[in-house]
Amino acid sequence: MRTVFRFLKPYWLSVVLVIALLFVQANADLALPDYLSRIVNIGIQQNGIEADLPPVLRASTLEAMEKLMQSEGTGDKFVALQRVYTLVTPGSAEARAIAKTWPLVQTEPVMSLNPADGEAMDAAREVFLAEYPKLVIVAQFSGSASQSPASAMPAAPSVQLDSAQSAVMSDFSALASMSPQAILAQIDALDPIAKSQLVVRGLQAEFEALGVDIGALQISYIVRIGALMLLVTLVSVASAILVGYLGSRLAAGTARDMRSAVFTKVEDFSLAEFDSFSTASLITRSTNDVTQIQMMIMMGTRMLFYAPIIGVGGVIRALGKASGMWWIIALAVGVLLVIIGLVFAIVVPKFRTVQKLVDRLNLVVRENLSGMMVIRAFNQQDAEATRFDKTNRDLTGTLLYVTRVMVVLMPLMTIIMNVVSVSIIWVGSHEVAAGSIRVGDMMAFMQYSMQIFFAFIMMSFMFIMVPRASVSIDRITQVIDTKVSIRDPENPSQLPKPVRGEIEFRHVRFRYPGAQEDVLHDISFIARPGTTTAIIGTTGSGKSTMVSLIPRFYDVTEGQVLLDGVDIKTLLLAELRSYIGFVPQKSMLFTGSIAENIRYGKEGASDDEIVEALSISQIMSLVEESPEGLERQISQGGMNVSGGQRQRLSIARALVRRAPVYIFDDSFSALDYKTDREIRSALKTYARDSVVFLVTQRVAPIRHAEQIIVLDDGSVMGIGTHEQLMRTCEVYRDIALSQLKEEELA
Amino acid sequence: MNTNKKPLTERQPQNPGSGGPVEPGAANGRSQATQTQSQRRPGAMIGRGRAQALMPGEKSRDFKGTMKQLFAYLGPYRWGLLAVMVLATVATILAIVGPKILGTATTTLFEGVVQKMTRSGDIDFTKIGNILLTVLALYVSSAILQYIQGWIVSGIAVKITYTLRKDIISKINRMPFRAFDTTNHGEILSRMTNDVDTVNQTLSQSLSHMITSVMTLIGAFVMMLTISWQMTIVAILMIPLSIGLVRFIVKRSQKYFKTQQEYLGHLNGHIEEVFGAHIVVKAFGGEKKAVATFDELNSTLYQSAWKSQFLSSIMMPLMNFVGNLGYVAVAVSGGWLAAKQMVTVGDIQAFLQYVRSFTQPVTQVANISNVLQQTAAAAERIFDFLASEEEPQDEQMSVGVKTLEGRRIEGKVEFRHVHFGYVPGQPILKDFSATILPGQKVAIVGPTGAGKTTLVKLLMRFYEPESGEILIDGMPIRELPRSVVRSWFGMVLQDTWLFSGTVRDNIAYGKQDAREEELMEAAKAAHVDHFVRAFPEGYDLVLNEETTNISQGQKQLLTIARAMLAKPPMLILDEATSNVDTHTELLIQKAMLALMQGRTSFVIAHRLSTIRDADLILVMNHGDIVEQGTHEELLAKCGFYAELYNSQFDEGGEEQEKLCS
Repeated sequence: MRTVFRFLKPYWLSVVLVIALLFVQANADLALPDYLSRIVNIGIQQNGIEADLPPVLRASTLEAMEKLMQSEGTGDKFVALQRVYTLVTPGSAEARAIAKTWPLVQTEPVMSLNPADGEAMDAAREVFLAEYPKLVIVAQFSGSASQSPASAMPAAPSVQLDSAQSAVMSDFSALASMSPQAILAQIDALDPIAKSQLVVRGLQAEFEALGVDIGALQISYIVRIGALMLLVTLVSVASAILVGYLGSRLAAGTARDMRSAVFTKVEDFSLAEFDSFSTASLITRSTNDVTQIQMMIMMGTRMLFYAPIIGVGGVIRALGKASGMWWIIALAVGVLLVIIGLVFAIVVPKFRTVQKLVDRLNLVVRENLSGMMVIRAFNQQDAEATRFDKTNRDLTGTLLYVTRVMVVLMPLMTIIMNVVSVSIIWVGSHEVAAGSIRVGDMMAFMQYSMQIFFAFIMMSFMFIMVPRASVSIDRITQVIDTKVSIRDPENPSQLPKPVRGEIEFRHVRFRYPGAQEDVLHDISFIARPGTTTAIIGTTGSGKSTMVSLIPRFYDVTEGQVLLDGVDIKTLLLAELRSYIGFVPQKSMLFTGSIAENIRYGKEGASDDEIVEALSISQIMSLVEESPEGLERQISQGGMNVSGGQRQRLSIARALVRRAPVYIFDDSFSALDYKTDREIRSALKTYARDSVVFLVTQRVAPIRHAEQIIVLDDGSVMGIGTHEQLMRTCEVYRDIALSQLKEEELA
Repeated sequence: MNTNKKPLTERQPQNPGSGGPVEPGAANGRSQATQTQSQRRPGAMIGRGRAQALMPGEKSRDFKGTMKQLFAYLGPYRWGLLAVMVLATVATILAIVGPKILGTATTTLFEGVVQKMTRSGDIDFTKIGNILLTVLALYVSSAILQYIQGWIVSGIAVKITYTLRKDIISKINRMPFRAFDTTNHGEILSRMTNDVDTVNQTLSQSLSHMITSVMTLIGAFVMMLTISWQMTIVAILMIPLSIGLVRFIVKRSQKYFKTQQEYLGHLNGHIEEVFGAHIVVKAFGGEKKAVATFDELNSTLYQSAWKSQFLSSIMMPLMNFVGNLGYVAVAVSGGWLAAKQMVTVGDIQAFLQYVRSFTQPVTQVANISNVLQQTAAAAERIFDFLASEEEPQDEQMSVGVKTLEGRRIEGKVEFRHVHFGYVPGQPILKDFSATILPGQKVAIVGPTGAGKTTLVKLLMRFYEPESGEILIDGMPIRELPRSVVRSWFGMVLQDTWLFSGTVRDNIAYGKQDAREEELMEAAKAAHVDHFVRAFPEGYDLVLNEETTNISQGQKQLLTIARAMLAKPPMLILDEATSNVDTHTELLIQKAMLALMQGRTSFVIAHRLSTIRDADLILVMNHGDIVEQGTHEELLAKCGFYAELYNSQFDEGGEEQEKLCS
């Protein structure tokens, strides 16, 4: 994990911005339900009339209110209303200004709401919402009082009310028998929701009396709130898009940096470190693993932060609405986590089985493909089909089990969510009955609990995702944290110029890092300029290992390798290697032209030099037969040329260096014997003054070498010429016997 | 940990509706996302899931035909599928109805509150309780239906996957060798895993999602229509907008996904190349250059990576916006209609609920064609593979297996004017004739890549000659069942193919019903017994996947034992041994000699002694047999063989060259 943070560091500003934006988005998302319900509750149900201070009232209505309040003995509070309403008389300039919306002003004086400071408005609102319902009721029951606005109240509302609303109205019929004082006291004790219903009822009548087009009012309200809602959505969408923008740049950027870090590091690896990972695994690490982490960061920027924000926000809002029911959410979340935990506890081990079976299945297919000849030769097609079928069945069975366990998650979650809703209504209604919360609060609580619930689902998936990504992170960290064992010395020595190329092994012992046994035991010899040193032995005898010590692909475990008498450990790596023309066992070419491939050996080599190297390597034909010549393209891995051609190009790449030291690590294996001989004879002149190392399994090509080293199991069994060794070295003789014509052996 | 986490977040900005406690739309969307990611299996089988919809669109050549074939596969499960559809429909209906009923609970509560206020009554908890219980029962049964549906669907999907895989593997074994000259193994493996997996994905997930989405859409649409056709039109206007938007984004992002894939490929290629040639890079100091190239590719990749990610991340927020836009539009038109007294407030409320549950499925449906296209492309590749040419099976041969049973084979082999080429029209064997008598040894020699295994392939009928014929004991093999011809030959190749099973099973591969004594006898004769006993598990040692737990030489000996046990009348041997120590080499040589005893043998020869002792030497170059005869005859010819022989076995071949010139 620390590795991820290290890579995220350059992007801290983006991270901060993402969190801030997610905060904005979460708030917008949490606010949205309110707008949605306002459109329905006020816009549709109440014809867009809010239980709030109306912009315009008939002057007579306010007077009626004043009177009512005086009769209650609360007349002094009326000042609050007077403070925010001003009189507009017919014919005045103000009247003309508002006449279009409020036609009544042309004939009757009205009171118009003056936007005042918040405190005054709040005071006025409080008085209005407390007293106006009484006026509505009184007006309804006092019947024909001429100054009462009730006369303007329509007999039937123009819009059908839903059951809850009509309930409010009809149930007040019970009040008829009470005394006015009792009624007023009763209204004071009313639920605020019921009061606002009354306000809305009254205002609707009031507005109609004012000549307002209620339909237009409703539309304008819906449009206004709708616009606000879209604005909030827009904020949410904009933040989400910005988060997406920052997140994707962040994730892709981090991935880029990681990939680059891994690659650069691997390029620094000596063969020792490189071997400790397999090539395939290194490739996977720098590609797939990085992609995994990229995905995690991408998700993380959105989920990891968003879920807690929305969860906490939801909790705060929910508790603000109905603190008594927190335990329902807690219980639901608890059950949810237990279920998810359980399902994953069952399924995750099975996932591993599935993975194994998939690998096994692929293995059988691969074997069927690679062993097709053998399978058919032995007529084992049916047996193979049975073998495959067994794995296929196992896989199918396990897969089915896993899927069916996983399928349980979705319905279970649906059930939990719905049980939560149902229990909130059940518990909530008792709380409502007890008077501790209101119906609206209960509904809101339900909304928020859903949001909290989803937040936890998201978080639990993050908890599953992060550990999986952490495997990738570990694998990458392993690469990045690997110490490179072969580095440049701090105070490099200088080689006496010109470099002759003499190589000396002094009591060299070598053991691969982490291995139990030495691969090379106490090897000493000197290879002089102008001579060829052949190294022969069976596979695994340590031939390649021995020559790979010369360019310091590995460092000797004990003893020394010297170049012109200087310990190669004291030389700069780049310098040391620039004196060596190395031809590896496996010929590896790069995508690009032939010229580019050869220039890999010597940057800036002229075409003449390249042609010379190609001629010595007997591969000019490849250039000559193609219209592109030296620009003839080599595809990835050199797959468009034959093995022998690849090997010869690889030889040419080393030769173009004109190095004091050449190493041919079994580099003629893919060549036919004629070409092999031609190259070697051409080499004799070309590398006249160089030290040549020739690793091989064949005796014939090295019979004339100045020095032959016979290796067996990492030990030198003999050093000398062919003739000497034939006499003294049994291992050499055995090898030679199986390869040469008897008459040549003498 | 894969691309499929995306949907969950993309669907993120949630705006729970105003009314019912659980919106069907939101609930569906959420749980679908959950399912999508939870059903995911890690590793090689990882599919492309939902994100696949955003991947570059692969197009199938024949969409209709492929789908027809796919449906044919689904045929046996039609009742299951029908049940799934019914269940999905019912579950969806229940999910749509649920919130409505729940709404009546709150209404009852509200009425009760008011009655309590006015002392005209109290909250009717019995009624509320009943409603809640009803709703609960509804939800639980909906969930149960959902589960049953999931149960059936997963069963069908898994079984179809099983059948597809089975068909592919048996197909592989019926295809002629020629077919594999042009198809690489990776492609076939990819058929087996990726393509089968894609089909599985679609069947197990997308299918039920599609049904649910479509059902929700239809259900909501019908409900909407019953309320008000005018508002329905307004709501429907949202759909082309949504689809347009989805298409727009998908198209854009596909462009970047393509570039991303492309550069990911380049980058991987570069990494593979450089890591694969690490030693060369080190030897020639190419590290800096490699890093520079890498950085260049890497930053191009970064550009397309973030752009494609970004584009796919904005899909959900935008869809949300469209959804909310539709909501407002419906609300406004509803208000207008209400003012005209054309709809009731309650209807508008209900209508708005349905609008809310509309967005999610619309997005899904908008993407269906993409998913289907990809499935079709995958399915088409599978079906193409399954439809490819097969070699005639034994049952179709003129000579039945039965008639040859128990017949003793002498081992006389005749080639009569055989012409053959791997690529039609490019013959490499031209008019080859030879007669090999029972018990004779034929050495096939030639430089690497001369096509020495071609004869083997013809003899074993892996390939058929273009013209001419091959006869064994006078019978043209073309007319014999393949399995019989192959059973006459024992084969030991340089490519020591063993399968990952026990040593015992590997030896008994050629004769599954072999008795223990026979097996031991063969093992001893092939010098296998001695080293196998050195393993603690003995003959029950399980060879691992790369068969790295035994040495190359031991593998070779095992293949000899395998051939020995089968006791074939004729032999095909490849003497080439690589990575074998001197001692084992000697054992192999001895074992091979023992094996050849008294059998007509075709030996791809590398050893001097073998060549010299051969009754007939076939010299091959560039695929063709250039010379044939005995060692002496051929040396006297001073032709290709002489040159080859001298360069291979003698450095100083000058004298021989002189002799010939």
